[in-house]
Amino acid sequence: MEILVPILSAAIRSGTPILYATLGEILTEKAGVLNLGLEGLMLLGAFSGFTVTMVTGNPWVGLAAAFCVGMAVSALHAFLCVTMGANQVVSGLAITMFGTGMSALLGKAYVGETIRGLGILPVPLLAKIPLLGPVLFNHDPLVYLSYVLVGLACWFISSTRWGLTLRAVGENPRAVDAAGLSVVRLRYAYTMVGGGLAALGGAYLSVVYTQMWVEMMTAGRGWIAVALVIFGIWNPLRAALGSYLFGGVGALQLRIQAAGTTIPAPLLLMLPYILTIVVLVGISVRKGKGILLGAPAALGQPFHREERD
Amino acid sequence: MESERQRPLVQMLGITKSFASVRANRGIDFDVFAGEVHTLLGENGAGKSTLMNILNGLYQPDAGSIRVKGRECRFSSPREAIAAGIGMVHQHFMLVPVLTVWENLVMGLPGLKAVLPKRDVIRKIGELSDRYGLDVEPEAQVWQLSVGEQQRVEILKMLYRNAEVLVLDEPTSVLTPQEVRRLFDTIRQMTAEGHGVVFISHKLDEVMEISDRITILRSGEVVETLPGRMATREMLAEKMVGRKIVFAVDKAVLNPGDTVLEAEGICALNDRGLPAIRNLSLSIREGEILGIAGIAGNGQKELCEALTGLRPIHFGRVLLRGKDMTGRKPMDFLQAGVSYIPADRKGTGLVGAMNLRENFALKNFWRKPYARGPFLSWESIAGETGRIVERFGVSAPGLGIPVRNLSGGNQQRLMLGRELSGTPDLIVAMQPTWGLDVGATEFVRDQLLRQRERGAAVLLVSEDLEEVLALSDRLAVIHKGEIMGMVEDPRSASEEELGLMMAGIRREPAIEGEKAR
Repeated sequence: MEILVPILSAAIRSGTPILYATLGEILTEKAGVLNLGLEGLMLLGAFSGFTVTMVTGNPWVGLAAAFCVGMAVSALHAFLCVTMGANQVVSGLAITMFGTGMSALLGKAYVGETIRGLGILPVPLLAKIPLLGPVLFNHDPLVYLSYVLVGLACWFISSTRWGLTLRAVGENPRAVDAAGLSVVRLRYAYTMVGGGLAALGGAYLSVVYTQMWVEMMTAGRGWIAVALVIFGIWNPLRAALGSYLFGGVGALQLRIQAAGTTIPAPLLLMLPYILTIVVLVGISVRKGKGILLGAPAALGQPFHREERD
Repeated sequence: MESERQRPLVQMLGITKSFASVRANRGIDFDVFAGEVHTLLGENGAGKSTLMNILNGLYQPDAGSIRVKGRECRFSSPREAIAAGIGMVHQHFMLVPVLTVWENLVMGLPGLKAVLPKRDVIRKIGELSDRYGLDVEPEAQVWQLSVGEQQRVEILKMLYRNAEVLVLDEPTSVLTPQEVRRLFDTIRQMTAEGHGVVFISHKLDEVMEISDRITILRSGEVVETLPGRMATREMLAEKMVGRKIVFAVDKAVLNPGDTVLEAEGICALNDRGLPAIRNLSLSIREGEILGIAGIAGNGQKELCEALTGLRPIHFGRVLLRGKDMTGRKPMDFLQAGVSYIPADRKGTGLVGAMNLRENFALKNFWRKPYARGPFLSWESIAGETGRIVERFGVSAPGLGIPVRNLSGGNQQRLMLGRELSGTPDLIVAMQPTWGLDVGATEFVRDQLLRQRERGAAVLLVSEDLEEVLALSDRLAVIHKGEIMGMVEDPRSASEEELGLMMAGIRREPAIEGEKAR
């Protein structure tokens, strides 16, 4: 058992950035908007989080800045998809390309710099629990925040009036419109919060996890998050489990490399991405057998009121 | 009380509204008093729904005013309309299928507590249900409910918001005859409690039964407002359409010939992968119209697709003239002389962005003279398309215009012409008159009868009970993908009995008869 502790603990740490992005995408997609710009948003978040932390010396300010950048850029996505009714896939891909290129361009000067980001802060008492303590409660504050956010998101979606309208607007926006709520406003709000969370996930990589800036440092985690939303059937708790599973595969892969194996490193590096493909195939096969999955019915469809049928 | 009765709950004056080039409403006056049912009668496209969507705040009028209890109001959203006491039950329900009944009821409710007060909501639903005879299970998810139950949820939603005026848009089109009676009881209960009800319909018998006053709309204008008790069927129809209408269908007596289509115990799944057709058997002979009656969403679409090769069959067999076609491709069905007139003419039927010729070619590209080796012969395609346009009275500015620019009636005429042009053996027609005006409806029905006289086998699926009763030689009622009973002489069938079958109550003896045959 004892040898599992470092692996599980590492799984949580490397799963956390994916978790933030997945949570954000769940909120966005629940509102009926598909945002494939996660990868770009994470990169912009990683870059802005790093530079602001470096300039201000305060990692919290850096993280807040990353969140704001994510909100701003996904507001652009919302403008294109909600206001203009553009194709959401195309807009999302554009955001990913924009984020990738922009962060690389602006970040050139910062490659090789280091910052003092957030450190480990064991939770008093809880960290002393055997096994569970070191796995769950010996981390940085952003990990704890993600636990809170997962619980909060579950409760928010299932039990509050805002959660009810969130569920409704992604399923049948006409019903929400007929109830007198603004579909546009709801979709903007959740797209922006979702984008903010994705950028925060990216910032976790640069401000907490590595404490440095590397071009393309998200390495496809944004895409894994898109897949995890489906894996987690739009449920925050399942998304968390999925994120840690992927984080665990990543951490395990590092350990196998460190143990000095003959398996070539690039093959091991592929593991999380292969797992993504396997998971998506598995889910699609189940779908074919008629299991109802939680995809919001109006996902990806623009909404216009004055359309006559 | 008396003075309240003299002032209308709602008054609409001089309402005008245009969409692009269409004038949907022109100077319409309409009012509703407490305790009355005021019916809006008119054909599809007469402007009924537009007028009510204006009252409901979904559309803004170009001109005219709305007064609620004498006070001038402008609604820029449905929320403002409902706050003023006007609630609308839409023809296509505004419900969220994955949410429960009680969640749907309170979704978007102003002043709702932050944490959903589930117990209070369910108690209030119980009270309203008892008072108006609207029982539903509050904790059921809406997708599990029958259409009739969903409608009750919509009405409850409006009553929950204290609506004084309820607008019911075509509420009976999705109900069995028994459910219609039940709805009417609820409507009477609501008027007795002082609500005003706007009832929108084009079904004359129902209109005459329930209305205190009737306003007839035609092409966006009011023809007349008259008391319900003064109305007769013929008079209403004439005012609605603008000319005299013959209700009887002229149908020749025919002896059916050889069996064309046989389905033996077929099962098929719907798009979500759930069973839609269960162990269904039927047969159609030459010169025979087999009608399929049933409430929308009971497997009609899946049945049509299974019988035209568009949907895989998991069990059972489909035979065309004795030849096993199970598992064959749609093209094999097409080449075997099967025509399909789908309900969604803009989706499965036609391609809106393509022109008339191209749409004709879509289903005929494989056969001579339209195909010459790997090439298309646009001359013969244009020639035949032109003949269809003429014979079927498609009014189009040219063969080269995209079909989405045609009206629904003209699209249907074009599709009908295409599907009937190859003298098919079997015609599968789903809702062929849906959304058409009276003229186009008559034309489509007449064409189907002509095909029958020519010796084609016709499967007619329709949610319009009157239509299947009038056209069919035999009638099957479908419920949840099963045939509930076969009626050998549709003209003698009682509405009562059909209603029971539509609600899922099996008629045993007829099934035995079908097996024996």
